[in-house]
Amino acid sequence: MAIVYVNDKPVDIGGERLNVIQAAGRAGVFIPHYCWHPALSVVASCRMCLVEVGEKKPDGAVAMQPRVVPGCQTPAKDGTVIVTNSAKAQGAQQQTLESLLLNHPLDCPVCDKAGECLLQDFSYRYGKATSRMIDEKNQPPNKDYIGEHITLFADRCILCSRCVRFTREVSGAAELQVVSRGHHSEIDIFPGEPLNNKLAGNVVDLCPVGALCSKDFLYKQRVWFLKSKNSVCPLCSTGCSIHVDANKDIVYRLRPRENPQAQGHFMCDEGRFDIGYINARDRLKGPLVRQGVRQVAVSWESVIFGLRNDLLDAARREGKSVAAVVSPYLTCEEAYLLAKFTKGMSPEARLYLGWVPVQGEDDTYPKDRQGRPLQPVKFTIRAEKCPNRRGVEEILKHFQGEVLYFDRALEAAGAGEFYALYLTGGYPPRLGEWLPATVVAKLAKVPLLIVQDMFPSAAQRAAKYVLPASSFAEKDGCFVNHAGLAQAIHWAVRPGSLARTDGQIFLDLMERRGLVHAETLRKELAMEAPFFAPLRDGVLGDLGIRLAV
Amino acid sequence: MPIAEKDVTWVKPPKMGLLERLYLPAIAQGLQTTLKHMFGKKVTQQFPEERPQLPPNYRGVHRLNRDEEGRVKCVACYMCSTACPARCIDIVAAPSPWPDREKYPEVFVIDELRCIYCGMCEQACPCDAIELTSLFDLTGLSREEMMFDKEKLLSVFDQTATKGEDPIRTKSGRLSIASEPNV
Repeated sequence: MAIVYVNDKPVDIGGERLNVIQAAGRAGVFIPHYCWHPALSVVASCRMCLVEVGEKKPDGAVAMQPRVVPGCQTPAKDGTVIVTNSAKAQGAQQQTLESLLLNHPLDCPVCDKAGECLLQDFSYRYGKATSRMIDEKNQPPNKDYIGEHITLFADRCILCSRCVRFTREVSGAAELQVVSRGHHSEIDIFPGEPLNNKLAGNVVDLCPVGALCSKDFLYKQRVWFLKSKNSVCPLCSTGCSIHVDANKDIVYRLRPRENPQAQGHFMCDEGRFDIGYINARDRLKGPLVRQGVRQVAVSWESVIFGLRNDLLDAARREGKSVAAVVSPYLTCEEAYLLAKFTKGMSPEARLYLGWVPVQGEDDTYPKDRQGRPLQPVKFTIRAEKCPNRRGVEEILKHFQGEVLYFDRALEAAGAGEFYALYLTGGYPPRLGEWLPATVVAKLAKVPLLIVQDMFPSAAQRAAKYVLPASSFAEKDGCFVNHAGLAQAIHWAVRPGSLARTDGQIFLDLMERRGLVHAETLRKELAMEAPFFAPLRDGVLGDLGIRLAV
Repeated sequence: MPIAEKDVTWVKPPKMGLLERLYLPAIAQGLQTTLKHMFGKKVTQQFPEERPQLPPNYRGVHRLNRDEEGRVKCVACYMCSTACPARCIDIVAAPSPWPDREKYPEVFVIDELRCIYCGMCEQACPCDAIELTSLFDLTGLSREEMMFDKEKLLSVFDQTATKGEDPIRTKSGRLSIASEPNV
């Protein structure tokens, strides 16, 4: 039991080791700060979090320290008194802001950070409206050579050194440092050693001002036009919590969302910058049906009707000859619908887990300059490049007791065991062609081949029915990551005008009425499959729910 | 059910007197009005031969100003499109090809049909790059023609820069230094 008094309000912080910023946060009082970040070490260099601190003695007397102290560097303990609303504390904040703005160019209209900039926000809330600076501002030149994805507007920098500490403590290779001294201090790299590690993009989010910007997002949109949806990065089984920022059905950027259960504060550049495919022009736009040698575009009504009848006929003739390949890029709800549809046609129909892409080995950070991983591990990019293998496996286990893998499906297809094969994909193109020509030759033996994928491929050209798949940014549902954490994803952009989401296609094939409602389907899944029982409320919250490991 | 005869009241027009039946006083009255307008003050303007005198705060077509070197002055900050209540301004920003600026508009299109000429873009602009002019008689044969792009808006500036009437006055007193360089 430790009681801290924040602006005369007592708050119990228990036995936790908190600093004054965090303790005040428990009492609902926000102390502005730039250099302090919960995932980085404390330097107390920005001086924004200056507050008055004192101690309440056992006899009730309060002894205040004579000067203001940085809140990030001061531990909160039993009896600590924090004052943020006194004239002294507020004056200190105001003076700090005036000093930080001495050399800041105030080019907010052309700065990408405007709208989500802490310098703007704090100036508005704690600063002064005018500056007393009459001398010329120090304007160091821009450095667009900082990294492949990163550019530095050195004149906007307030030298909080968050980025420097990030490259030293989390990504490890310490590419960034502060060069020169005093008034001339600047962030820079060693010559010829740019910031190109796989976590580099995080310095853009860490930067409290518009100094470090992402070259991919530079000048694309003003941030107040973007609508943000909570989602999960699909590119590896870590399942980083993210924000998807989109406007007018175009995804402009992904940002990490803090989630201690999933990945912490950050995300990797592989996931962050791989968004081009969502709005790619060459995506499959609508359903196609083979007529003779050509595939022609047809209406959804006729595709659903024809496909359902063909599948039911095949299942009636011989249940064993019907199979569905459930992609680990499908959400749990979609996998559940596909499994239920397939098993509903015939209990003998088979379900296979789709291709699980694995690239190299788990990549852990921090890494030293030679690229050797260091302990303790602070971030892991997993080798398994799909978001929902765990979830799909559990659904397959529930429906047929075992998990059949993708190579078994290919063998069986090569041996001519299938009359009908429903193949779901939805893999981002960076993973490469997921069905090489040798595999497609085997698949071509299946008379009724259905391919549901995002991009044209050899398999798609061999198929009788082609259905467009949706990307993670277009659908609702949940993914189960490598550690069994179920997290919700929400749509940020609409699929093309002719497309339907994967879940909707399955619902239509099952002749269930209505639109996909992920929560309802999740409840249904939780009632049916014991592994998913913790999801029975249907609501996953922002941080997700851990399922039995 | 039809209306019963007893419920119906028949109204007859009032009987006209002799003078009224002559119609002559009424004709004289009409001619009087005609003559008054023939010799009175004329209000019709012979547009387009005659140009109207507009009030100085009349808000017409936009222009995109040029800087001293003849380049587009806009820095693509999107303040105008953010302020626009009709959402008629479409900008695509790009890194600028000039060293003294970081950003410039690669595309700048105003849908003049959608615009409500409220002048809020002009008020929002931090560098006086967009202004409303007194040009009011814009015409076009198609909707596409009325989407004014960057070149068209710059040409409006070229047309109006030396006329002395523009930009329009949205407030009393002097305009910014950018709009009145020689004052």
